[in-house]
Amino acid sequence: MLKVKINDIDIEVEEGLTVLQACEIAGAEIPRFCYHEKLSIAGNCRMCLVEIEKSKKPVASCAMPVADGMNIKTNTKLVEKARKGVMEFLLANHPLDCPVCDQGGECDLQDQSMFYGIDKSRFKENKRFVPEKYMGPLIKTQMTRCIHCTRCVRFATEVAGVPEIGAIGRGEDMQITTYLEKAMESELSANVIDLCPVGALTSKPYVFEARPWELKKTETVDVMDAVGSNIRVDTYGWEVKRILPKINEDINEEWISDKTRYACDGLKYQRLDVPYIKKENSFKKISWQDALQILKDKINVTKPEKIAGLTGDLTNMETLFACKELFHKVLKSKNLESREKNIYINLNDRKNYLFNSEIKGIEKSDLILLIGTNPRYEATMLNARIRKSFLKNNTEIFSLEDLGDLTYNYKVLSNTTEEVKKIIENNCDISNKIKKAKYPLVIFGESALTLNSSKYMFEGFKKFLNENNKITEEWNSLNILNTNASAVGSYDLDIVCKTNETLEKINKNFFEILFLIGQDNISINKKSEFVVYIGSHGDKGAEIADLVLPGAAFTEQNGYFTNLEGKLQMAFKASYPPGEAKEDWVIINEISKLIDGNGLFKDKNELLTAMNSHINSNKKNEFSNLFKEEYINEKILTLPIDYYHSNVIARSSKTMNECRNIRSKLKKTGTEG
Amino acid sequence: MSLKKVSKDQPDKFEFSEENLSLAKKIVLNYPAGKKKSAVMALLYLAQKQNHNWIPLAAMKYIAKFLEISYINVYEVATFYSMYNLSPVGKYFIQICTTTPCMIRGAYKLVDVCKKNISEKENEFSDKKNCSWTEVECLGACISAPMAQINEDYYEDLNVKQFEGIIKDILKDKKPKPGSYRGRVNSEPEKNRQTLTENKNA
Repeated sequence: MLKVKINDIDIEVEEGLTVLQACEIAGAEIPRFCYHEKLSIAGNCRMCLVEIEKSKKPVASCAMPVADGMNIKTNTKLVEKARKGVMEFLLANHPLDCPVCDQGGECDLQDQSMFYGIDKSRFKENKRFVPEKYMGPLIKTQMTRCIHCTRCVRFATEVAGVPEIGAIGRGEDMQITTYLEKAMESELSANVIDLCPVGALTSKPYVFEARPWELKKTETVDVMDAVGSNIRVDTYGWEVKRILPKINEDINEEWISDKTRYACDGLKYQRLDVPYIKKENSFKKISWQDALQILKDKINVTKPEKIAGLTGDLTNMETLFACKELFHKVLKSKNLESREKNIYINLNDRKNYLFNSEIKGIEKSDLILLIGTNPRYEATMLNARIRKSFLKNNTEIFSLEDLGDLTYNYKVLSNTTEEVKKIIENNCDISNKIKKAKYPLVIFGESALTLNSSKYMFEGFKKFLNENNKITEEWNSLNILNTNASAVGSYDLDIVCKTNETLEKINKNFFEILFLIGQDNISINKKSEFVVYIGSHGDKGAEIADLVLPGAAFTEQNGYFTNLEGKLQMAFKASYPPGEAKEDWVIINEISKLIDGNGLFKDKNELLTAMNSHINSNKKNEFSNLFKEEYINEKILTLPIDYYHSNVIARSSKTMNECRNIRSKLKKTGTEG
Repeated sequence: MSLKKVSKDQPDKFEFSEENLSLAKKIVLNYPAGKKKSAVMALLYLAQKQNHNWIPLAAMKYIAKFLEISYINVYEVATFYSMYNLSPVGKYFIQICTTTPCMIRGAYKLVDVCKKNISEKENEFSDKKNCSWTEVECLGACISAPMAQINEDYYEDLNVKQFEGIIKDILKDKKPKPGSYRGRVNSEPEKNRQTLTENKNA
């Protein structure tokens, strides 16, 4: 510990901190533009000048390591004068266009110029003009406003792992640009908008939409993937205007993926706002009462075993639980399924379907093995952590399969089950490496768990890791990477068909009534069955439906989601369902009320109590017997993910469509050469 | 100086010649293992020499791959330094120093000569396409101001008439004699040494 004096207050700080960090601990706020905790130190904006005793000149505190006995002053005349000088230079070439700038109201430069700005400009020369740069469909540039803090450059190279942004030219002619003005090929690109302390990089889809002080802010969680990034949803009336990251060091740090951020305009389009019934191949609007009556009549004449239900990828746990109770208690059917594919799942222990090492744990791992997963597209934020670990610990990363650019280097093994067999039979180098590693990470993707030998691989790996003490209280190295936001929640509520044949039967058109509760991702070859779709968007599910009941999206109802690590988080209501649409659990409750006279739950509290007691009840399942343990030599192929189109909200989003088109064009022409 | 413009006409491909490739490999060895990106400036210069005194984008990509760094890193370096040309220049590339000492001694008169005889604007070709000119900052020959650099040679102590003669030679594809045009040797005084005459070693 070092003893320093900050503004005449004695404090002790850890070694290795910078003066700026020490000042923050002491409660002295330091203005800054280029410094950012998560990025490397550049020290080029000079806004953070402080006075240090025995130093003749003011010192840039962000780049100065703290030393024992330093006497730091942040509130002297000299400091203020120095900062004012810096600010004057920064403003010399900065346009006075705050009224038409999207950053207005949340702009670091604007805020700090309130304290350090001078009322008029002494700069009589012509201001610099910098042409706009193309940076893809998400980032709008207005480079005249740029103050060259290089935060975006450092973010792209360090965190995103796509060194495509740089500063060209020199001196007054310095410009920030992407290489030859190409779109940034990263799923994290839009984070540079948050990083930009001025209005040089702003959000293209959100351009001139609203001012920050007009928006209602709701802190909630994201459902685009199973990571459960913490977000802030900004709404203006009904409409979700934008989504911003909320800091959660355990999950997403300060970043979110582009899909999380920009799929929100999908909440505006393709919405279902009234119940529809299919008549003569076209949808007709009907009232809720009639719709439910039709459903009731249909259910009354159908045998329970001929009724099946599929829950979706964005469904919250309340709805899942209500569905479970509806099928279990009211419809008396056992055919409720949450999986889209026949994924191997062992529900005996929660550890069998979680990312046990936790996202935070990735940072300390020293070996990572990817089996049938492409984390870049399946869990972008998790991939960013792997990159962080790669940069920090030089983690050795292996993948069974060549996955293209993952933003870090990895070694490719062979993508066969034989390779896995060799590893778990302790027959190759990797086995030894795993044994030697202190914190190894084995990540199973869903693609690896749909094979015939899934059970053999998973249970085999568990045995191998157990034998070598890699699954302990402290560190559990066996991980499953789920891709759907609702996956872990569904498993917690054990919404898995006990006979494991629902999907097969659906394909064989065995059922007469099929409930699709927000399920849009599987294609069903529909014949005579009566399909009821409950959900928010008119997509694949609604298309084949006979009866459409409009539900709410994740921003329009309070609902729990469990992320892939098993963290229970609540998505809060930021907006309300459009038109006559209702919250999902209410719809389920009304259906049951209609059928057996009284609803499943009186109110949401009753539902939550019942759900909690269900989750906490010590249940024993015999699910593991569902799957045969067999070994077949087969290829493990990671199923390609249509990243920008992976769920209904993203598919309805114009921004995501545009991103997808640009990405596919890039692929076709190729950026190499 | 404004931001250098990258030529719109770009060759599709660039590769080091065999000779330059072995030279490039040698240059890379000058730096410690894992630090080969430090060779970027030397390699850019090599590429410029090989490619008629300018660096095409293909060469930047080639160098980026050669040094295993990103394209933008090479691009940043190439746009930063004024001695890298990013668009084609004439076979005779004239750089006129217009920094203060040369300016005081009449550098802008030399600029006018270029405007009259070569092209109205900087970085444009002469009629026969074998010559282009540009203004540059100090070339470090203030003692023999005003001066101009043509390709790799310095032409010093110029006056308008002499410079016109030089340019006329160049336009006829004839290389004029480099050095001082007042008969000085390097930067020595014009006639004899004026100071330290007794000191033999000076």
